[in-house]
Amino acid sequence: MITDVELPEPEKSLPGATVNSDQGLLMWISSVDHKQIGIMYLLMALFYLFVGGLLALLMRVQLLVPNNHFLAPDAYNQLFTMHGTTMIFFVLTPAILGLAVYLVPLQIGANEMAFPRLNAFSFWISLFGGLLLYFSFLAGGAPDAGWFSYAPLNQTQYSASPGIDYYCIGLLLSGIGTVATAGNLAVTIITLRTPSMQYKYMPVFVWMVFIDSFLILAAFPSLNAALAMLLIDRQLDGHFFNTDAGGSALLWQHLFWLFGHPEVYIVVLPPFGVLSEVFQVYSRKPIFGYPFVVGSGIAISLLAFGVWVHHMFATGMGHTVNSFFAVSSMLIGIPTGVKVFNWLGTMYGGSIRFTTGMLFATAFLVEFTIGGLSGISFAIVPIDWQLTDTYYVVAHLHYVFLGGSLFGLFAGLFYWFPKMSGRMYSERLGNWFFWLFVIGFNLTFFVQHILGIIGMPRRVYTYPALAGYSALNLTSSLGAFLMGLSMLVFLYLLYDALKRGKRAGDNPWDGYTFEWLTSSPPPLKNFTTLPPVYSFRPVHDLNHPEIGDYKKPDEEKYGTKDID
Amino acid sequence: MGDQNSVDEYLSAPRSYMETLSMLPSLLRPAAAQADRIASLTAYFTIAALLVLTIVIGLLIYIVVRFRARPGDAEPEQFTGNKVVEGFMIGVPTLLVIVFMYLTLDTMADVLPPDSGTQPDVVITGHRYWWEASYPGTKAIVANEIHLPVGRRLLLHINAADVIHDWWVPALGAKMDAIPGRTNHLWVTITKPGVYEGACSEFCGAQHAWMRIKVVAQPEPEFRDWVARKAQVANPVLSASAQAGAAFFSRQPCGSCHRIRGTAATGAVGPDLTHFASRRTMLAGLMENNPDNLRQWLTDPQHVKPGALMPRFIYPKDSINVLVDYLSSLK
Repeated sequence: MITDVELPEPEKSLPGATVNSDQGLLMWISSVDHKQIGIMYLLMALFYLFVGGLLALLMRVQLLVPNNHFLAPDAYNQLFTMHGTTMIFFVLTPAILGLAVYLVPLQIGANEMAFPRLNAFSFWISLFGGLLLYFSFLAGGAPDAGWFSYAPLNQTQYSASPGIDYYCIGLLLSGIGTVATAGNLAVTIITLRTPSMQYKYMPVFVWMVFIDSFLILAAFPSLNAALAMLLIDRQLDGHFFNTDAGGSALLWQHLFWLFGHPEVYIVVLPPFGVLSEVFQVYSRKPIFGYPFVVGSGIAISLLAFGVWVHHMFATGMGHTVNSFFAVSSMLIGIPTGVKVFNWLGTMYGGSIRFTTGMLFATAFLVEFTIGGLSGISFAIVPIDWQLTDTYYVVAHLHYVFLGGSLFGLFAGLFYWFPKMSGRMYSERLGNWFFWLFVIGFNLTFFVQHILGIIGMPRRVYTYPALAGYSALNLTSSLGAFLMGLSMLVFLYLLYDALKRGKRAGDNPWDGYTFEWLTSSPPPLKNFTTLPPVYSFRPVHDLNHPEIGDYKKPDEEKYGTKDID
Repeated sequence: MGDQNSVDEYLSAPRSYMETLSMLPSLLRPAAAQADRIASLTAYFTIAALLVLTIVIGLLIYIVVRFRARPGDAEPEQFTGNKVVEGFMIGVPTLLVIVFMYLTLDTMADVLPPDSGTQPDVVITGHRYWWEASYPGTKAIVANEIHLPVGRRLLLHINAADVIHDWWVPALGAKMDAIPGRTNHLWVTITKPGVYEGACSEFCGAQHAWMRIKVVAQPEPEFRDWVARKAQVANPVLSASAQAGAAFFSRQPCGSCHRIRGTAATGAVGPDLTHFASRRTMLAGLMENNPDNLRQWLTDPQHVKPGALMPRFIYPKDSINVLVDYLSSLK
């Protein structure tokens, strides 16, 4: 069925999640296998998740009580800058790339990525970009101007430590890796699908990664250009953003958010794809409105490039600009909202299995709806004028990045863990982790909406003891510690599953897509032969021929025909 | 002394917990016409958002309870879509978007019409880490505690001296970035006298947290008195110790950053100190303005407010004492 791919790699590989096999660590370091690189991406994300989480816990200790002196202001400012930068660039981005690199070839019936060596290069340069960023702590100070590093605060006269130089170089390096992976994924999806897999038969996850790749290819150049310009300002006395020398403070914001807003969708579209798979399989039904889900993904990716100024409504740019971006930002709420109802429709009428993955997916629906709705308050310009740059934003962005992206990623991680490791995790531990994490998450961030409404700006290292501030900040900090505790449970869960987990078998969830056809973990060569594809659920067709989609005409397959 | 009274009331009147709550700087307690418009828009939005959230959560709970897998379940019916449902899925949000689009554009035009080119009533400049306010047409220049008249539509010009700051007093409406190289503006029509808390809302460096704002809104005649007093040069120095402090101040480099009108000190980097002692707080809301705190600050500024631009001058104790006496006399 598929052409064997000749690849410059050893005969034997270690596609599993353990390194204690005969070829050892060196095999992983030299690997160009997409499964190993995918797992390394995920491990990198996990490592930085713990580091970034630790930074956040230190911040929450400082904010436990008003007028606290646990951290000096410059230390706090470095911590929140590194926390944001780490979570966006070195947790969420590698996590989605890791899942994509691991799963896309499997789901489209390929044995490798289109460019396996480029794949390895991308991973390693991203990893070293992150390590270089962290080296700044030893080199005289971490970046301290926030993850979006506004000009002119990012200039040498206002931030004299080399932190921001490391920020530029670290993000440039990892950005190069991200762009290369995106190109690699797009080419892989275009050229390496099993011949009978038409675009309309691609799994939703593959569709989302496909769309995402173009988003990355279009958005990251703006960031990379801005970083290069900033580096020129700092190292060669350029004047792009140096207002003291006639540069423009707003130019940086335009370049950064032209990347920054699409980045929000870059890290949320693949989780949308993950959730679409998770909802389908655990509800025992096909996705509700496949063309809708894919189409709204495309709509989001196009609109994503026309909404960046909603980060800048308070910069005084005038009504014409503000009105345009208010309208576009509200419009992007429609395709995003539609998806929530698609997933509800997928669950409706199903036979829902509440595994840990499904619990995260279900909780996602609530958390992401809260995050999406609070996001609309920033499209409504006058409300944005009140709430932007307050703790309300902090609450909103965590509901989107955690409640949206991370919950989706956790759902996917539990869903695919048996495939990646070949072992089942403990549902009991999974339940503990889920409930601790969800309760901790909502305690931490829900109250921050209120803090913003009662006037607390974001990025303050301490606050006066105004009524309400102390109690709400204390609640938020306690929630953060609870999340920290849940992450320890998560770590133990992983250890326990790898050590003692039952063998998973090829298809423990009765999954629908090609990755469930091969062994768990998959061998170096994913497939030798594949059945032909007649729907977006080829393995379901194979395992349930009596109710398989392949029998149906297309309009019924996609729900474009009314069903009574 | 009207201004002093209202600030006094604010700081020292005994009050119940509920009263304290009512003083919270919140967009939901508008004290200006513009804030009022935004508050009602926020209320409409909150209702719509809660409605959507209730629908999603309600549906989810129903689905979770009703369609939970039961042992022995066969594969359920494999339906893949429903045109009518999908029509509603797009139609209802689109309708909501159209309604809020209209409300947004309408409120925007009302709250922040373009600067008409008239002279601003107040020019506000963000500095690391304090606020300066000057009143065009008068000689008054103040810092951090900014008085405004009630009942008149005011034009505020907002600038920055170094990095981007952001002017935000929730009870008075929109926030506005103070951007170096640009002049932004805000319109404010204060409806109720009172003291309103605010803070810099764009991260501006080490002491972003202590760049707080107090707006004292007072009736027009009181406000006029206040401006007239702030426009005057510094009081003549009376006590011997304060005179020694004045002499010390002019001998030392203080005047290259600070201005005391009526003396040779004309610096424009730090806050204007002409009427320093009439402020209730110092260091942009960090602490109460009293001789002890002032002494602590002059002894080691970087300990009190690390990262502030005031360098540590290693002065003998008695020099600092006379300096404190001098500054405390600048009512």
